[in-house]
Amino acid sequence: MTVPALGPVDATVVAPRPGRRLRSVRLGTARYFLRRLGFYAVAAALAITLNFLIPRLMPGDPASALIAQMQQKQTLSGDQVHAIYRLFGTPGEPLWDQYVTYLNQVLHFNFGISVAYYPTPVWEVIRTGLPWTVGLVGLTSVLSFVLGTAAGVVSGSRVGSRFDSFMTPASMFMGSLPFFWVALILVLVFGVQLSWLPTSGGYDGDMLPGFNGPFLASVLQHGILPALTMVMASVGGWLVGMRNMMVTTVSEDYVLLARAKGLSKARVMFQYAARNAVLPSVAGFALTIGTVVSGQLLVEIVFAYPGVGYLLYQAVSSVDYPLMQALFLIVSLSVLAANFVADSVYGLIDPRARETRS
Amino acid sequence: MSALVRRELSLRRLKLPPNPKVRVGIAIFVFFALLALLGPFVVQNVMGLSPSDVDTSQAMELPSAKHLLGTTATGEDVFAQLVVGSRISLLVGLVAGVITTTLSVLVGVAGGYLGGRADSFLTAATNVCLVIPGMPLLIIVASYVQGRGGWLTVALVIGLTAWPWGARQKRAQTLSLRHRDFVSAAEMTGESRWGVITRELIPSLAPIISVSFLGAVVGSMFADAGLSFMGLGNINITSWGSMLYWAQNGAALTRGAWWWFVPPGACIALIGVAAGLINFGIDEISNPRLRKPSKEVRARARAARLHAAAGGSAAEATAGKPAPVQEAAS
Repeated sequence: MTVPALGPVDATVVAPRPGRRLRSVRLGTARYFLRRLGFYAVAAALAITLNFLIPRLMPGDPASALIAQMQQKQTLSGDQVHAIYRLFGTPGEPLWDQYVTYLNQVLHFNFGISVAYYPTPVWEVIRTGLPWTVGLVGLTSVLSFVLGTAAGVVSGSRVGSRFDSFMTPASMFMGSLPFFWVALILVLVFGVQLSWLPTSGGYDGDMLPGFNGPFLASVLQHGILPALTMVMASVGGWLVGMRNMMVTTVSEDYVLLARAKGLSKARVMFQYAARNAVLPSVAGFALTIGTVVSGQLLVEIVFAYPGVGYLLYQAVSSVDYPLMQALFLIVSLSVLAANFVADSVYGLIDPRARETRS
Repeated sequence: MSALVRRELSLRRLKLPPNPKVRVGIAIFVFFALLALLGPFVVQNVMGLSPSDVDTSQAMELPSAKHLLGTTATGEDVFAQLVVGSRISLLVGLVAGVITTTLSVLVGVAGGYLGGRADSFLTAATNVCLVIPGMPLLIIVASYVQGRGGWLTVALVIGLTAWPWGARQKRAQTLSLRHRDFVSAAEMTGESRWGVITRELIPSLAPIISVSFLGAVVGSMFADAGLSFMGLGNINITSWGSMLYWAQNGAALTRGAWWWFVPPGACIALIGVAAGLINFGIDEISNPRLRKPSKEVRARARAARLHAAAGGSAAEATAGKPAPVQEAAS
């Protein structure tokens, strides 16, 4: 039977002197961020490498097929042909050399030319879609987190109340539905049957994009249904998670004490119980970003919303490998960056997270 | 939570947990399993319907006695498609679920049990794979594969990308078992590491593994439907996902043909709800505080409150009976 050995770490933390303590806390924080940064750097390297390996591991020779396909539309210059080989694999060249040239391409945002939007460079195409997706994902994930968590506080502070008996099963039900099917139903109800809201595109097709009132109003109007879908699909998870944590927290002694002191109900719930119960939800926030983005790709297709998901759909349906690969890379790297930010916020608000070794 | 779940779901006494949510969830799963197993035979051979017979004279018909769920834009029978399609959708879910669960058990349990460097490596690998978004990866791999290998390839790709969530969960559970007496006893009798993992740890984790297997099946069905909806994977085989794809392509939405795309989505959604019910019910079994107090308990609590308000002490009113847990919270 093994007894867990006490590491030297435990010996050093015994009775820190007050002056040193602050410095060691700061050092600990720095170490936490560095470690997270290192972790996400590894993840990013893996994403880039996957992106490199997938076309090369596939049967056949995607590069030559792609060149043949593009030659049908227009003759390619020698440079363009080379760029495609560098991105999708040169038959015969050692894999390591290919990897180096590929990395060089990626570093310069040179992802080749799109087939679907020929002859626009892939990076230009992606740049038009990125703001739509980032805006929608950012808005909806924060909105559903705030709404779901607030509802979870109310629900969990009194299990079996009328609010709880309705909201918890309802949101669980919503969360179990496939995102894109919910989108289809919303289009049918609000777009086709009631024709209250536009069901496709990011703004009115007759307008020129710009920072003016009518255009922004149109963007908002077009965003309502996609945003509603995303919030409906993800609010339930937050509600149930927060509710279950609240249930445990409200029976803690410090909550009882706060109540005994005669503090108002709202203050006890939000300032005492919820502040502690919310930590696991915040910790989980980073991990859900990827799921939300994945779900949104499909929702964008239903609404023909001009974001990254719709571009990916265009790329898939016209077998546009350069666009597809670049989108995978950009989406993965953005999700990783968002994860890092969410993790850092968590590290700032919960000191315990900085101490655990992962 | 693990101890209780283990007791409630113990494989040794194959008894359904008393929680109604879990029962309803399991009933839904059994219904769809039977549908996938027997449905296609009944529909095609007994009722004489075909999921693929094109009949343009009967296109886009509303549900009627002849076509229970109406027809598609090319006059195919939606009901027949729905029943026949259930088999492929469930099969993809099952195969991908088995792959996901196997990988997650191997990685999670091995990491949690072995500890040290092996664990650090496996945990890091799990976490890295966890943060890379799955759907875009699935989409590009599926589009290179271009339908080669049919539904099996789709299931394989889903299974190979979906394991990290489960691995994390199983590692955490293994850590809680790692130093239990039965593990030490097995180690002392000279059981090999692999033997401890397969003969001691995995059987004790069986209830958790079976619940996460259900989750993996449902997740894979969602992923399959999403892929087919984008036109990737198996759009020429009848499945719920390919029905949604053809409905979207046939402008079912703008023509208001709800009977075409609502049923397949509703089936997928129903299975999702069943998994949700089971998860929720198991949470309730393992943590009684999450349960809505029973009528009797609530009545007793109300009586106690009234009694206390009338000047008596609450403890007196509930003396001799177990204290109602919920009242601490309200």
